[in-house]
Amino acid sequence: MIEVKNLYKSFDGREVLKDISTIFEDGKTNLIIGQSGSGKTVLMKNLVGLFEPTSGQILYDGRDFVRMSKQEKIHMRREMGMIFQSAALFDSLTVLENVMFPLDMFSSMTLRDRQKRAMECLDRVNLVGAEDKFPGEISGGMQKRVAIARAIVMNPKYLFCDEPNSGLDPKTSLVIDDLLHGITQEYDITTIINTHDMNSVMGIGENIIFIYEGHKEWQGVSEDIMGSTNKRLTDFIFASDLLKEMRQAVVTNKTQLR
Amino acid sequence: MLLQKWLTTLGRYVMLMGKTFSFPERFRMFWKQYVKEMAQLGVNSIGIVLLISFFIGAVICIQMKVNIESPWMPRWVAGYTTREIMLLEFSSSIMCLILAGKVGSNIASELGTMRVTQQIDALDIMGINSACYLILPKILGMLTIMPALVIFSSAMGVVGAYFTAYGMHIITPDDLTLGLQHTFIPWFMWMSIIKSQFFAFIISSVPAFFGYTVEGGSVNVGKASTDAVVSSSVLILFSDVFLTQLLS
Repeated sequence: MIEVKNLYKSFDGREVLKDISTIFEDGKTNLIIGQSGSGKTVLMKNLVGLFEPTSGQILYDGRDFVRMSKQEKIHMRREMGMIFQSAALFDSLTVLENVMFPLDMFSSMTLRDRQKRAMECLDRVNLVGAEDKFPGEISGGMQKRVAIARAIVMNPKYLFCDEPNSGLDPKTSLVIDDLLHGITQEYDITTIINTHDMNSVMGIGENIIFIYEGHKEWQGVSEDIMGSTNKRLTDFIFASDLLKEMRQAVVTNKTQLR
Repeated sequence: MLLQKWLTTLGRYVMLMGKTFSFPERFRMFWKQYVKEMAQLGVNSIGIVLLISFFIGAVICIQMKVNIESPWMPRWVAGYTTREIMLLEFSSSIMCLILAGKVGSNIASELGTMRVTQQIDALDIMGINSACYLILPKILGMLTIMPALVIFSSAMGVVGAYFTAYGMHIITPDDLTLGLQHTFIPWFMWMSIIKSQFFAFIISSVPAFFGYTVEGGSVNVGKASTDAVVSSSVLILFSDVFLTQLLS
C-alpha cells in the first residue's frame, strides 16, 4: 500500500501539486487522471523519487520514502517497476537483454536462470519470438509490452505506468490495459497508472483519482464516474458528445454501463 | 552573471563526477560496458587517427624540407622536426582535438538521447547509479585506449614521412632516418602520453556532462553535442599550455 499525505511540490515558487492526500491499495489498479499539465506526471515522479516533494509524506507500507537515506531509496527502488510513456527501452540491447537487464544488475541467478525468467516474462506479455529483435525493430505496442516485461521481471511490489497507452491504437491499448490489470491481480502488486484514456478508466480503474490544477479534485471507482456531479470531472470525462449522450442515458434510465 | 553561470556549471560538473566515480553495483556489468566503450570510442577511432597521422606526417616532412632547407641547415633537419612535431604536439594535443569532435559528439548525443527518451530515468528507477553505469566506463575506456592511440599516431606520422622519401623522393631515406634518430629524448614520448591522459579525461567527461544533463528534446541534444565539442576543444587548448609548461 502506498499512502500519500499532504504532498506539495513547487518549481521556482510555482505550486504544481497542492495538498495531495490519498491511498493506493495493494492488488488494485489505481488510476490518476487529469488534463495535460494538471500535475499527474509530477505526482508520479514524486512517488518514484525522480522529484523531491516540497513537503508531505509518501509511505510505502509505512516506510517514509521522502525521509529515507540515499542508500535506502536505492534499495526501495528495487521494489518498484516503471513503464514510461516512451517505453524507455535501451536501444543498444535486444528485447531479451532489456528484460534481463534488472536481473543482470541485481540478481545472483545463473545466466540460464536469468534467461529463463526473462523468457517467462516475455511469454506473459505474448512476445516469445521477438527476443532477439532490437527495440527499433518492433512496433510501439510491442515496445510497451517489453517495458511491462522488464518492469515485472524482478517481481516488484509497486508498478508505475506513465500513460502506457499513449500513441497506441484502441485495440492495442486494450491489450496493454488487460495485461496491466491481469499482472496487478496475479502478482498482488500496487499498480498506479497515469492516463488520459477513457477506455482504461472505465475498463480497469478500480480506484480513480482526478487531479485538477495540482490538487485532488475527486476520488472514486469507475462505476461512480458516470453519475458524478463534480462539474470539473464531468467536463473532463464527457468532453465528447458521444460520451455526453451515454451519460445522459445512464442518468435518465438509472442503468449501469457495465 | 556570466561568472555565476560558469561557476554553477562547474559545480554541477564536479557533482556529476562525484556521482560517477563510485563503486559499480555489479562488476560484471561494468566490465562489459568498459570493454564495449573501449571498442566503440577507442578502437573505432584507430582508422581516423592513422589516416590523419599518415598525411600530417607526410605534409610536415614536405613543408620542412621545402621551407627550411638551406645550405646552413643540416640535411636531417626535416626528419628531426617532423618527429618532434608529431611527438610533442600532433599525436597528443591535435589528435585529441580531432577526437574531441568525433568521440565528444558521440558521447554527448548518446547520453542526451538516453536522457530525453527517459532511458536514464529508467536506470535511476531501477536503483542503479546511472552516472556510474554510463559515464565511468566511457572515461576509463578512453583513458585506457588513449596511450595506444598516441603511439599509433606517432608511428603512422613517421610512416607518412617515409612515404615522402620513398614514394615522392622529397628527401632521401637516409637523411630522414638520421633526422628521426637525432637526439631522441624518450621523455617526450612519456610527455605525450601523460598529456593525452588529461585530454582523454576531458574528451570523455565534458561531453558526458553535457549529454547527461540535457533537458528538452532533439534540438537540445544537438545543442548539447555542439557545446560539448566546443567546450572540450577549448579546455584541451588551455590545459595544453599549462601541461606543456609543467612537463617541459
